This record gives sequence, structure tokens and C-alpha cells, in this order.
Amino acid sequence: MNLTLKVWRQKNQNDKGKMETYQVSDISPDMSFLEMMDVLNEQLIKEDIEPVHFDHDCREGICGMCSMHINGRPHGPQQAVTTCQLHMRSFKDGDTITIEPWRAGAFPVVKDLVVDRTSFDRIIQAGGYVSVNTGGVPDANEIPIPKSVADEAFNSATCIGCGACVAACKNASAMLFTSAKIAQLAMLPQGKTEAKTRAEKMVAQMDAEGFGACTNTGACSAECPKEISLENIARMNREYFSAKAKSENTDM
Amino acid sequence: MSWFVRTFGSTLGRKLLMALTGIFLILFLVVHLAGNLQLLIPDGGKSFNIYAETMGNNTFIQIVSKVNFALILLHIIVAIILTRYNSKARPVSYENFNGNANSTWSSRNMGVLGSVIFIFIAIHLSNFWWVFKYGEVPTTTLENGTAVKNYYAVVNEGFSQLWIVGIYVLSMVFLAFHLAHGFQSAFQTLGLNHKKYTPAIKAVGKWFAILVPIGFAIIPIYMYFNNIS
Ligand code: HEM
Ligand code: SF4
Ligand code: FES
Repeated sequence: MNLTLKVWRQKNQNDKGKMETYQVSDISPDMSFLEMMDVLNEQLIKEDIEPVHFDHDCREGICGMCSMHINGRPHGPQQAVTTCQLHMRSFKDGDTITIEPWRAGAFPVVKDLVVDRTSFDRIIQAGGYVSVNTGGVPDANEIPIPKSVADEAFNSATCIGCGACVAACKNASAMLFTSAKIAQLAMLPQGKTEAKTRAEKMVAQMDAEGFGACTNTGACSAECPKEISLENIARMNREYFSAKAKSENTDM
Repeated sequence: MSWFVRTFGSTLGRKLLMALTGIFLILFLVVHLAGNLQLLIPDGGKSFNIYAETMGNNTFIQIVSKVNFALILLHIIVAIILTRYNSKARPVSYENFNGNANSTWSSRNMGVLGSVIFIFIAIHLSNFWWVFKYGEVPTTTLENGTAVKNYYAVVNEGFSQLWIVGIYVLSMVFLAFHLAHGFQSAFQTLGLNHKKYTPAIKAVGKWFAILVPIGFAIIPIYMYFNNIS
């Protein structure tokens, strides 16, 4: 396949950045999108041009590092896949492909297609955990959890923190990401104890990072590689409103 | 700042205000439509005049009407705050953004749809509400001898002009799209997303968004053709 790539190039955080056009040829339809980017970069290195910086790690859809807004959609045209799982057979010979970084005030561009997603880490640090005292390992099955609850909590736990939800949302909102963690922990007995403060603190941090509000467009869930559902956002809203009404916390 | 102010200043708190005021406005639309459909009764406006007169003299209705104005205003103010806040969350926009691939057009353009509805509300109030309250309205005598303002005549006069009919019908299209997203969205905001109930909410929302605007649009169309025949 021969392709025209329009790629966002930006030297550093302060650079304005712009789209650059490159040609790649002899791309196999069996290559993953990232392998195609590797081919582009080898070619750029030979031409003495700085290669395109992009995030990636596992290349098997589990780490959430690969980002890239491809042809107007996070992770490209396929549903429920990350960019590393996207194959070139999803494109046609002669196509022009635009490749941009995630766009959000809370995800500043570091270089080219690499964005700083530590705002997500700070949301998790604000309450996306269960506090435990160290000590002996609890016995297996000591806390009974119905299978249906465990399954639902697991579905929420499959979020890989990639940020496609933010990238897809017209408001650059992080509600799907934040709600997945709030919902996962609120469903399980271990997480229930801290459910109220967690909802309050994580939402406050999400707002402090400058992510937008939710308009319930559903773009996040439609583009999420792990198909995290909108039910998580509804659950977060319930948790948050009831926490606000009932918690003793007057300074949040 | 108190926790209360901070809660309603948060993204979720503002959304809660949108949803609650939105649902109130939806209920208002039902009542407003039920009342206005009396304009279609072929009795020379008698039923409508009695209805309008009763509503105007009823203290409870007058209080609800003030609350309604306040909540529309709140809906609009929070809408402006949210829309501006949300557009700031993405300071650099995409060269290529394919929203149609993952969301409906109306869900992405609630601000545009709402603004058109706002302009319509302003036109609508100045056409009728303002005239009823402060303008010169001819009087008519009911069968029991009491003289009342002939509200029907004012409406009938308005809807004999094609351009006014056009504005009303077109505005209802915008209302339909606002409701098509807004109705079900409000329940999601309130945290009501459930395998049993959400499909029903979505179905009711869809039909509400179709039937209510049609109901409103029929009135000017009917009166226009009634006048020329
Ligand atoms: C009869 C009139 C109206 C009705 C019945 C109505 C109803 C609704 C409903 C039910 C929602 C969904 C709330 C949610 O997502 O939780 C909504 C959202 C919205 N409305 Fe209205 N509305 C009306 C008029 C207006 C007007 C005049 C504006 C003017 C600017 C407006 C602007 C908006 C915006 C921007 C949103 C989306 C907010 C967001 O989530 O980002 N609406 N409306
Ligand atoms: S919710 Fe989905 S899109 Fe958002 S960060 Fe998690 S896995 Fe990625
Ligand atoms: S590189 Fe790990 S998910 Fe794509």
C-alpha cells in the first residue's frame, strides 16, 4: 500500500506545531498502525529528519500508552481497539491519513504525538484506591462477592487509562475514565467504606485538572477500546450526589 | 465558599442543574401544549379565552409561571457557563474531528439548538405574552355576560401572517432536536441508567421529541389555513 500521512509535528510544549505531509510506500496490510509508523520513522532517519515521537509500550492493547487521533477518531476507524491493535487493512491503497495527538488542555503535548497524561494519575491518586492496613494476607473467599457484582466491577476495572474517552469527547471530559474507577470500587465491599470521600475527591481533582463537563454525547464509550459503558457515569453521578448530600465533609 | 456553592459549581453539580431545570421545562411543555391545543376547538376561541383568563387569575398558576421563568433563566445561564467551560477544556482543536462516527449531531450542538430556542422564546413572548399583559387586547363577552380579553383574536391575528407561522414551525424543529438528546440525557445525568428502564426512557424521549413539537407546530399551521379558507 502507498499512503499519504499528515502528521502533527511539534518540537516541545512551547512550540506552536503544525501538520507535515509524508509519503510511505510498500506498506503491508498485515502491519499494525504502529509498525507502519516505525516504517515512516526509519525512512525519516535515513532522510536525516527527526523521527515522529509517539507513545507505545505493550503493542497488544493492554497498557493504554499508544494514543493517536487517526482520521478524526481516537485509535482510528475500528471499534474497541487501541492503535497498536489497528491494522493497515483498515485502510485503502492511496489513502490520506491524518494523525494528531489527543487534544485536551489537561493533556498538554510533550512532543509530536506524545501527550502528558499525568492528570489521569493525579485523579487516581486523589482516591482511586482502597486503603488497607498491612498484615496477613486475607483468606481467599473470605469476603463473599456475588459473581454478577464481581463481573460488573471487573468490566469497569478493564479501563487501561488510555485517554481515548477524553480525546473523543467534544468537551475533553474525563468522566468515563473517572467514573470507571469510582464505579469499580463502589461496587465491591472493599471499596464501599471509602466510596463517599472517593467520589468527592476524584471528581474535585478531575475538575481541578481542567477536563470538561459531560454532555452525555456517548462519544467516549463509543471510542473506548475497552468498551467501558455509560452506566459507569450514571453510577458516578449517583455516588457523587449522594456523597455530597450525606458526607460530613464540609470543606469540599 | 460553602460546600453547597462548591457542589453546584462543580461539573457534576452544574449538570444536575441542567437536568433538573430541563425536566421541569419538559413538564412545562406538556401543560403548555395541553392548554394551547384548545385553540384548535372550533368555537370561535371561547374555550381558549376562558382557559387563558382562568390561568391569568389563578394565584397558584401565576406563581408556577414565575418559577418557570426563573428556571428557564437558570437553564440558560448554566448552559452558557457550561458551554464556555467545555470549549476551554480543548484549547487547540483537531484538524480532523469525525464526531458523526461516535455521537449524534444534536448531542454535540445543544448550545446551538438552545440558542435558537431562546430566540424563539423571546419572539414568542413579545408576540403574545407581552401583548396579553401590557398591550391593547379587544374584549369579548362570554355567555354569562362577563367581558374578557379576546386572547384568541390576538393569536389568530398573529397566525394569519405566513412569516410568523414559518418562524414557529421552524423553531419547533430545533426544539425537537434539543429534546431528542435532552430528554434521555437528563435521566442519565440524574444517575438513572438501568437495563430495565433506560430503553423505555429512550423510547419515550424519542416519541416526546417528535410528538410535542408537532403538536405545537400544528396550531399555527391550522390557524393559518383556517384564516385563508
Ligand atoms: C423549552 C425549552 C427547553 C427544554 C425543554 C430544554 C430541555 C433540556 C434538557 C432536558 C436538557 C438535558 C439536560 C442534561 O443533559 O442533563 C437540556 C440541555 C441543554 N440545554 Fe436545554 N431546554 C430548553 C431550552 C434551552 C435554552 C433556551 C437553551 C439556551 C441556551 C438551552 C441550552 C441547553 C444546553 C446548552 C444543554 C446541554 C448542556 C450540557 O450538558 O452541556 N436549552 N435542555
Ligand atoms: S474509559 Fe476507555 S477510553 Fe477512557 S481511559 Fe479507560 S480505556 Fe481509555
Ligand atoms: S501500546 Fe499498549 S495499548 Fe497500545
